Amino acid sequence: MTKYKESIMKAIFFAAACTSILAVALICLFLFINGIPAMAKIGIFDFLLGTTWKPNNTPPSFGILPMILGSIYVTAGAAVIGVPIGILTAVFMARYCPKRLYRILKPAINLLAGIPSIVYGFFGLVVIVPFIRDTFGGTGSSMLTASILLGIMILPTIAGVSESAIRAVPQSYYEGGLALGASHERSIFFVMLPAAKSGIMAAVVLGIGRAIGETMAVIMVAGNQARMPAGLLKGVRTLTANIIIEMGYAAELHREALIATAVVLFVFILIINLLLSLLKRRTG
Amino acid sequence: MECINKRSFGQKLKAYKRSPLSLALFLLVLVSTILTIGILLFLIGYIMIRGIPNIKPELFQWEYNTLNVSLMPALINTVIMTFISLLIAVPIAVFSAIYLVEYAKRGNRLVGIIRITAETLSGIPSIVYGLFGLLFFVTALGWGMSLLAGAFTLSIMILPLVMRTAEEALKAVPDSYREGSYGLGAGKLRTVFRIVLPSAMPGILAGVILGIGRIVGESAALIYTAGTVAEIPKGRDFLFDSTRTLSVHMYALTSEGLYVKQSYATAVILLFIVVLINWFSGYIAKKLSKA
Repeated sequence: MTKYKESIMKAIFFAAACTSILAVALICLFLFINGIPAMAKIGIFDFLLGTTWKPNNTPPSFGILPMILGSIYVTAGAAVIGVPIGILTAVFMARYCPKRLYRILKPAINLLAGIPSIVYGFFGLVVIVPFIRDTFGGTGSSMLTASILLGIMILPTIAGVSESAIRAVPQSYYEGGLALGASHERSIFFVMLPAAKSGIMAAVVLGIGRAIGETMAVIMVAGNQARMPAGLLKGVRTLTANIIIEMGYAAELHREALIATAVVLFVFILIINLLLSLLKRRTG
Repeated sequence: MECINKRSFGQKLKAYKRSPLSLALFLLVLVSTILTIGILLFLIGYIMIRGIPNIKPELFQWEYNTLNVSLMPALINTVIMTFISLLIAVPIAVFSAIYLVEYAKRGNRLVGIIRITAETLSGIPSIVYGLFGLLFFVTALGWGMSLLAGAFTLSIMILPLVMRTAEEALKAVPDSYREGSYGLGAGKLRTVFRIVLPSAMPGILAGVILGIGRIVGESAALIYTAGTVAEIPKGRDFLFDSTRTLSVHMYALTSEGLYVKQSYATAVILLFIVVLINWFSGYIAKKLSKA
């Protein structure tokens, strides 16, 4: 009887463990089955490299290059803002911060990571958009606004992961640096940071993954015009925004083209994941 | 070691004078940290100051209408949605963690695949989950935009998070516990449920609470799976009613652009919940490290 129960439960545990495999398989299956035919119908090059997205025209044109570029630009902008600040904050947390202050700062950064994206989006809408509008003119909803907001959003990810990477560097590296006459800063920046390189890279890649997949915050501040990105202060539309804005009323080929947009996004994410696991293997 | 490195402020200043690069780097580090914390304080402060005066009793009326823009139904829906998602995700996540830690043999290929898929899952953006939910649960399974479709979508989303923390928690249980249990004649199953799981409980719970945080904050994955109806689901088929959670409610308010005050108030409530969840998770983790 007990033996019986043991093997049944083992089977249940095994089945549960396979759920994540099943989930990934289902997600791939449903996205690709619904998205690939649309790509074929539109033509893979017309779809990926087409510069106009006018699904309601006759004949409609489904080119998502504007959105691909939009996603890449906004993410790059976010990285330019978020990566240096994030890494420097991580340096402070790992090497400067007194223990007492750490007990306050660490939860604060965790909190920054926990704030829902919709709240970030709202904050961007009521604070950053008017600020950009008043400072640089235009509508305020722009690539720059989205980059700043996303830069803030990826800060805690980059700071947190980089911090543990810096902490994983043996203390002897730092002491060796000091012994050779380097200052505190020089030991950290020229001895410890290079040693923590792959961990910090992993943090950056993780942050980029978050930025490229972010949806709700971006659509509230980016302007969402479906045309080729025209400048830092002009509105852009990202891949994620394209999906969520039009999915509500899209039908037939338009709908399928949106799913194909998600496929493109998914492929981006898979590439990022692959990079991440390569980096992790190097750290491990 | 601490005392050796302790230098007076004057000594530090002198050292910096000799090496301007070090000073510049130090200032950069300081400015960045102040910026990070400053942004957090500014964000929370701004929303609190604008939002708290807008929290009014009519926001908590039972029925939503365009006059009171009540967030009560959305709040209750959030609780229901969280509960159902956890009901689906937590057993699966904990059982998978048990399999990975207690049963799988070392070097098992399947374990590698499970790890990779779990990592993939945790990297997928919520909009892709939302689209998958729309294609699979809403359309292919014919559930329609419903509480159930939303909950299933969310449970896949939090699965890797809960699973990873549960795995870590199980791994942290010392082997001597298991050996002691076997030594007293307990079987594998009894050891897992009576000895290993209870000692890993705080860690698992901390992961679950993080999962709750993600569910509460999620909006992109829910708009096309659970829909945006601002009513509490009722009746026998309540699982198949369309509902909006608090985050989706807030999105609806801000995108309509008419209810800025109410948006502030909703943001305060959301922030409050998130702070509470964060604090609670930290509290449990601290308990864990003491034990």
